[in-house]
Order: sequence, then C-alpha cells, then structure tokens
Amino acid sequence: MRDFVVRVAFIGFSAFVGAFFALPMLWLVFAPFDSTPTLAAQIPEFTLENFSDLLSNASALRSLGNSLILVAGVVGVVLLVGAPASYVLSRIKFPGRDVFLYMLLLMSSVITGAAAMVPLFLLTFELGLNDRFPGVILVLAGGMLPASIFILKDFTDTTPRSYEESARVFGATTLQTLRDVVVPVIRPGLAVISVWTAVNVWSNFLIPFILLRSPSKSPAAVLMYSFYTEGGQPNLRLIAAFSLLYTVPILLLYGYVNRKYGFRFHGGLKS
Amino acid sequence: MTGKGTDRRRRSSGGDLVTRGGAATIVAPAAAVVAVFLVFPALWTLYLGLTNRGLTGINAANPQFVGLENYTTALSDPALWNSLQVTFIFVSGSAIVGQAVLGFTLAWVFRNWQSWVRRALELLVVVAWIVPSSVVAFLWVAFLDGESGTLNAILGIETEWLLRHPLLSVIVFNTWRGTAFSMLLFGAALNSLPPSYLETSRLAGASPLQQLFDIILPSIKGYIITNLLLISLWTFNDFSPYLITGGGPAGATEVLPIYIYNESIRFGELGFGSAISAIMLVINLLIALSYLRAGRSRS
Repeated sequence: MRDFVVRVAFIGFSAFVGAFFALPMLWLVFAPFDSTPTLAAQIPEFTLENFSDLLSNASALRSLGNSLILVAGVVGVVLLVGAPASYVLSRIKFPGRDVFLYMLLLMSSVITGAAAMVPLFLLTFELGLNDRFPGVILVLAGGMLPASIFILKDFTDTTPRSYEESARVFGATTLQTLRDVVVPVIRPGLAVISVWTAVNVWSNFLIPFILLRSPSKSPAAVLMYSFYTEGGQPNLRLIAAFSLLYTVPILLLYGYVNRKYGFRFHGGLKS
Repeated sequence: MTGKGTDRRRRSSGGDLVTRGGAATIVAPAAAVVAVFLVFPALWTLYLGLTNRGLTGINAANPQFVGLENYTTALSDPALWNSLQVTFIFVSGSAIVGQAVLGFTLAWVFRNWQSWVRRALELLVVVAWIVPSSVVAFLWVAFLDGESGTLNAILGIETEWLLRHPLLSVIVFNTWRGTAFSMLLFGAALNSLPPSYLETSRLAGASPLQQLFDIILPSIKGYIITNLLLISLWTFNDFSPYLITGGGPAGATEVLPIYIYNESIRFGELGFGSAISAIMLVINLLIALSYLRAGRSRS
C-alpha cells in the first residue's frame, strides 16, 4: 500500500514537472509553423510561409546580423586579450597572483549590468561610444573577461609545462611554441569560453537596450522585445518565426559544448 | 650540446616563454579593458551618486555636488521602499523557495531513475534556462494572456494573470526560468556522496525522509549555501521582469534594477539613479563576500 502511494506521488510529480516546463514552451514549437498562430499553443495548420516572410523582413535580418557583430566582437576581444593574459597568469607566479585573480572574479560578479547601468551609460557617452557597437562590445567584454581568464587559466594549469620545455629544447622560437604547442593543448578551453561568451552576448538584452538608441542597430534580443511591446496588433507570424530562428543557434551551441564537456561548475558562471 | 640543452632548460623553468616585463605587456590590454569598463564604472557611480547629474538640460552639462541629498531623497521615496519590498519577495520567492527547492526536489527524486523520461524532463528544464530572455518573456506573456493564453485555456477561466497577480506571475516565471542551475548543482552534489552513506543508514532502518534530513542535507551543506548565495545574487540583478511587465502595474513588479532604469534612464535623474546603484553594488558585495567566506570555511 505504501509503495503504491509513493509510486503515484512519483508519477504525479513527474507529470507536473513535465507540464510546468513544457506548456509555456509549446508555443515556440508550434506557432512558427502555423499559418494563423494565436497566443495559445495549438496544433498548427502547417506552413513554412512564416519563415519565407521573415527572410524578406529587412529589420529582422539586420538585427540577427547585429547580434552576430556583437558576438564576434566580444568573442574576439576575449580571445585576443584574455587568452594570452590567462596563459601568462598560469605560467608566471608573482606574489598575490591568486588573490588578484579572485578579486577580478569577485568584481565581475558584483558589478553587474543591472547595478552599473548608469555609469556604463554615462561612460560610453563620455567616450563617444554611445549608440555604437564598440561601446556595447567593450562593456560586455569587460564583464566577461575575468571569468574567461579564470577558466582558461584552469585549463592551462592542467597542461604540463614539459611540453613547452621540450619544444624549447628542440629549438622552437617563442612564437612557434605558442602556436604549435600551447594553443593546441588549451584548445578545449578556448572552445568553452568562446561558446560561453557567444551564448551570453547573443542573449543579452540589458546592455544593448541601454547603450544603443537607433532601431537599426538593435540586436535580435532588443528587436524581439520591441516586436511585442510597440503599440498596435503584434504580428504573431513574424514573432513566432523570429523567436525560433533567434533561439536555435543557442540550443545548438549549448548542445555542442554540453556533449563535449558536460556541465561543469566554475564557481558560478552564467551571467 | 648537452650543456646547451641544460642551459635552455634552466632558463625556461625560470622564466618560461616570456620574461616578467613581457608578461606585464601581455596582461596589460586585458587589465585595461577590465579597469575601464568594469572597475571604473563601479567607483564612478559612488561619486555620481553625490551629484545631481541629469540626462538633459543644465544638470547634464554642469552637474553640482549635492552631498548625501540623493540618499536622503531616496530614503523618503515610497517608491524605493516599495521596490525593495518587491525585490525581497521576488528573490526569496523565486530563487530561494522556487528554484532551490524545486531544483533540489528534482535532483533528489530522480537520483536513481535511469530512463529516457528522466533525461527528457531534465532537458526541458535546461532548455527553459538557456533560451534567450526576450523570447522566454514573450512565451510567458502569451502563456498567461487573459483572453487566449494557454494557461487559461487549460483551466477554463479568463484571469488576467499579469494584472491580477503580477508579482506571483514573475516569481513563477523566474522559477521556471532558473531551476536548471540548482537541479544540475544539487545533482552533482548528490552524486558526490559515497553510496555507503545511504547504505548504512538504510540498514539502520532510516526512512527516506530521515535519510534526507539527517544525512543528505548536512553532508551537502556547502553546496546548498553556494547555490543559495549565487542564485540570490543573480535573481537580485535580474532585469527580465521588465520584459514581461515593465515593472507594473503601478510598481507591483518594480524590482530594484527596474527602479534604477526608470529613475535614471527613463526620467533622466542620473545622479539619483547612481546613488541607488551604489546601494545595489554594496548589497551585491555583501552577498559575494559571504559566498567567499562560506567557501573558505568549507575547504
């Protein structure tokens, strides 16, 4: 009898969890393929027309392009300035190095976009970077560099120095050693932080929302928001197809990293 | 030949590929980006909070130092007290009660279940976590819609959830949104326990609930504290209620980030908004420091 009650409770709980998490998501699965979507999740009258309409919508496509520019910019900055820094911080010991790294990580979790939106807004304004992509890119990179450096340093710490030493013994130059020994060894680390940075920038709403004023510069996150908040009847066919197209790259990237490296707990990432 | 080899080896074990001066040059660009775009804004906001800096007009061009006036104004502003209260309910309701409890329950109930159903459920929870916020916000606006939302269609009623129960709606939304992290973290914590723990207590006749409270929870205490502090920090800094309700109706969901946004960027009171930002930074710092302290006492 007791086993039976436990069994029923277990099934009930699983069904509740499944419904709670699946129901709000159903719309994203059905509506993009529905010729007459409503706000309710319903079995679609199948069509791909929403997507062909989307592909002829200039502002929607431009916003995805803008998101790509921001992603490329931030990933570029993080890899170009962050990766060499983390290599050096892993290989060279100086007094207080670990404290310095922890302080950086602490600051990046304390100084969030929400808490610092006013000074960030003013800073980009004073630097002449308001309403420009470089402003958004540098602000986002500033927030993500500490954690990226921290993770990459972890990866580098676990790769033996002896590889580099042997390369030197055989007469490789510094640049050759970096290119042919160091980079291949820490490549998984570079992949992880690139994907992590890309996912965060692609989804980030607040920073571009505050720092970019021209609608033509809106990335997808901001355009999506204006689709359903600007007056008038929202165009559900457009919103549905756009939501899906905007979401799919994130799911693919996450799936890729998850399959390759699994869930790792890095002292609290995911901003 | 051998002499040359050892010589090189000695040199490389001392300074590696780069000299100290070279190292400083390599770290400098990263340090500069972090200093200018992360550290400086935080320090600057402490100063800006003491001025009457505005977005437009004379206070934009020529701001005056006003001392603690912004802080005294803030403390007598009922909207700030409302926002603090809303924030407190939002964080405790959605992070601590919602995400942590649901996340732990999922990890605990499913811990020995090897089935595709479990993997599918966990995948759903994780997908809710990684879909971009402006998309999930719209999904919930649609789901909760009074006239044609899916929820009301199932329940057979026409409640305007976002108008009648706005704060509850964003709490449930944020629970849905963020449970994955707690589930994954607690899953890892439960996996790290040696099976003999449970075996011994089961043989001693402990019921599953006794095992949970007497053995499991105390032995993963460190994970629990870590999890609670992190998700509180993130939820406290979460702007996504804005995407659903815009902070309304009538301030009912105006969490602190939305309050700051409205005061400073919408109404142009940048000095005043900076003062509130400074308060928020201090609260963040307190949460982060207790996280570090908890981490230290654990190791």
